[in-house]
Amino acid sequence: MTFKMRHSLALSALVCVGLSLATAADAKTFKWANSGDVSSMDPYARNETFLLTFTSNIYDPLVRRDKDLKLEPALAVKWGQTDPTTWFFDLRQGVKFSDGTPFTAADVVFSLNRANGPGSNLGGNFVSVKEIKKINDHRVEVITKYPDPLLADKWAAIAMMSKAWAEKNNAVNSADMTKNEENFATRNAMGTGAFMLKERRAGERTVLVPNPGWWDKAQHNLTEVIFTPVANPATRVAAIKAGDIDMMYEVPPADTESLKREANVQVIEGPETRVVFLGFDQERPELLESNVKGKNPFKDKKVREAIHRSIDVDAIKRTVMRGQSFPTNLMVAPGINGYTKDLDKRPALLKPEEAKKMLADAGYPNGFEVGMDCPNDRYVNDEKICQAVVAMLARIGIKVNLLAQTRSKYFAKILRKGDYKPGDTSFYMLGWSPAATYDVHNVFEQLIQTPSAQTKKGLFNAGGYSNPAVDKLADAMEQETDKAKRDAMIKDATKLYVDDFAYIPLHQQAVVWAARKNIELVQLADNSFPLRFVQVK
Amino acid sequence: MFVFILKRLLQSVAVLLAVGFVAFSLFRYVGDPINAMVGQDTSAEERETLREKLGLNDPAPIQFLTFIANAAQGKFGLSYRTSEPVGRMILERVPATLELSFCAAIFALFVGVPMGVYTGLYPRHWTSQLFQAVSLIGVSLPTFLIGIVLILIFAVWLKLLPSFGRGETVDLGWWTTNFLTWSGLKALILPSITLGLFQLTLLMRLVRSEMLEVMRTDYIKFARARGLTNRAINFGHALKNTLVPVITVAGLQLGALIAFAIVTETVFAWPGVGQLFIQSVQFADIPVMAAYLLLIGLLFVVINLTVDLLYFAVDPRLRSQGGAARVAGH
Repeated sequence: MTFKMRHSLALSALVCVGLSLATAADAKTFKWANSGDVSSMDPYARNETFLLTFTSNIYDPLVRRDKDLKLEPALAVKWGQTDPTTWFFDLRQGVKFSDGTPFTAADVVFSLNRANGPGSNLGGNFVSVKEIKKINDHRVEVITKYPDPLLADKWAAIAMMSKAWAEKNNAVNSADMTKNEENFATRNAMGTGAFMLKERRAGERTVLVPNPGWWDKAQHNLTEVIFTPVANPATRVAAIKAGDIDMMYEVPPADTESLKREANVQVIEGPETRVVFLGFDQERPELLESNVKGKNPFKDKKVREAIHRSIDVDAIKRTVMRGQSFPTNLMVAPGINGYTKDLDKRPALLKPEEAKKMLADAGYPNGFEVGMDCPNDRYVNDEKICQAVVAMLARIGIKVNLLAQTRSKYFAKILRKGDYKPGDTSFYMLGWSPAATYDVHNVFEQLIQTPSAQTKKGLFNAGGYSNPAVDKLADAMEQETDKAKRDAMIKDATKLYVDDFAYIPLHQQAVVWAARKNIELVQLADNSFPLRFVQVK
Repeated sequence: MFVFILKRLLQSVAVLLAVGFVAFSLFRYVGDPINAMVGQDTSAEERETLREKLGLNDPAPIQFLTFIANAAQGKFGLSYRTSEPVGRMILERVPATLELSFCAAIFALFVGVPMGVYTGLYPRHWTSQLFQAVSLIGVSLPTFLIGIVLILIFAVWLKLLPSFGRGETVDLGWWTTNFLTWSGLKALILPSITLGLFQLTLLMRLVRSEMLEVMRTDYIKFARARGLTNRAINFGHALKNTLVPVITVAGLQLGALIAFAIVTETVFAWPGVGQLFIQSVQFADIPVMAAYLLLIGLLFVVINLTVDLLYFAVDPRLRSQGGAARVAGH
């Protein structure tokens, strides 16, 4: 680049900053885009991060998460357990909904029952709950069936709605999919939150304006927020370069470098709480998709170890992920309660001949052939990672036949059925984030405990890994309220599954956002984007 | 004439039923919508209950009959993705798609036909050769690439036009329009060109070859001998006689513009039915996909019918020969 060009670029950058300063004085409109729309304005309609965090701009929860994902007071100022099976929440006084009506305990009881009611998708957060009681206008108590140390964590995602508003607008329950009926709350929203919904055009744009009566001191300086779904990644990148949007929520990995070179754009990246991993069918006596008959090679720990230690996650990071991944050996990420740092060490890589010898010792001197399932539109570069794994395993004599397909087909194939019967996979990729509780127990319960329709555990343990000692520890940690004891249990259980080579954790993918240089925002590790921290300079 | 229309309508119903049935047989291969609908923590029982409630466990023919019975009453159910009534979701997005397709069609017709006439009249002139060469781009480059290149030039570099979206629209109650605001009009330009370029090329090449054909005929020579003006010969006699195939193609292409606006809508984040369809496919949102396919089926049926009726208007030979039966055989 010549000096002249550099100069004119710098000049145009200056002009742009000048322009944005000039407009910033009167109105601070913040325009942002994501690949898809929020599916509903109803905060209980879907159990997905994007919907929950988007609606949390309009609705407040009882307790919310701060910049480090730690709990902090929101509509409840104090909470805790009076005895192992009783939780209390003391509500903030003087809070008003944006329509002017006061927020009271009746709204809390109503909201929690609605979130646990028909049409809601958040019912999973109420498994331990026996009864929700209003004590007075500013105190709610919850009786649980068994000690539940994680109740407040689970409920940090649950928005508080207005009882009067819902009753007036016939939205007492979330939309019922089986009825052909419009539900008012699907398109409208009214809460106590930092923003109010001004305009909602599904699939086109959603406009929020600040709530002047918000109980908290605003950390943002916005006067209007316009959200637009832009499905095509190239268009989103063009839009932010052109300045048509101020921020894009998820950046395609291929475009990260070109955006970093852009003078007016900043790229913000950090590790996500989701761990992407590989799993084996360790349940069936014979693999569905393999040339090994009469036995299942993945039941042999030696085979799992040989595979685990032949997959070079750093190479995947370098080549496939272009540096945007954080290799790990655990099933939970830092930032999740129960992440055990000193166990997060990957065992040394094996040379191909060492791995071949290990396979030979296990009875497979010539390797074997196995099918692998992988999504191609769910995780960042999912299919390419699987292709890299195929190549790495080919070197040790394991021929992997990869089937990469779209997520709805892929999940239908690999996941357990309603009766906990295993899905049709031998070797697969999956990603998991304990987003409901931000606690490791969720990972044990869903991915590591023995799958069973009786205990209702292990629904996503697609390969059926089973270790009774881990099961016992996981059950114990679910109800243990003593933190030191619980941490010890977590550590023991973690060591067990790591030593078993139960799974092959690969990495946390990076959360990558891009924003214009004049935007200040906070990126959370759970990939949620609260507008309350956004500043337009 | 009446019998002809009636017959056509009956055929249309059969076509729609067939479209619906084919669509439904395909839906069993799009995957399981349940996983997209619920969060990862949803229990197996809740999943099963939902599947049962939505009738996903019924055999495909039963699901199809239920769907047809409901559709006949105007009930398309709720979208699996957004929980909103499907009928309304589609109706709300129809104006965006129709306005875009309309502008693309106008662009293709009013640029493509004159270009075709010109290249047909002066096939050896260098501008004709240029048009021919440039028009190759329209046929050979994929739509999404043209769209992205236009965005790069006009939005990112020149900053003249918006990179995506519909701009400001005016809500007329039952219709939202781009035509009444400056930003709405600006937003229409790039997507219309992207969408209409292929049709423009097609029309241009069609008109050109038809013109070349017609200009060689005897009656044109006679017209010249009679001393008619070039203008009367070229447009009154020659162009008019090329119109039957042009109208057929233009009509069908209008259907294609609406039905296949999908790619353009995705590239420009244009909030039309095509984009809705793409989102629904990713989500296995069967009610929306089914309603969309029926709508597109209906559209093509209506367009075909209209095209047949237009033949009567432009070709007097059909009228004099009582051509209804002949046309129906087309």
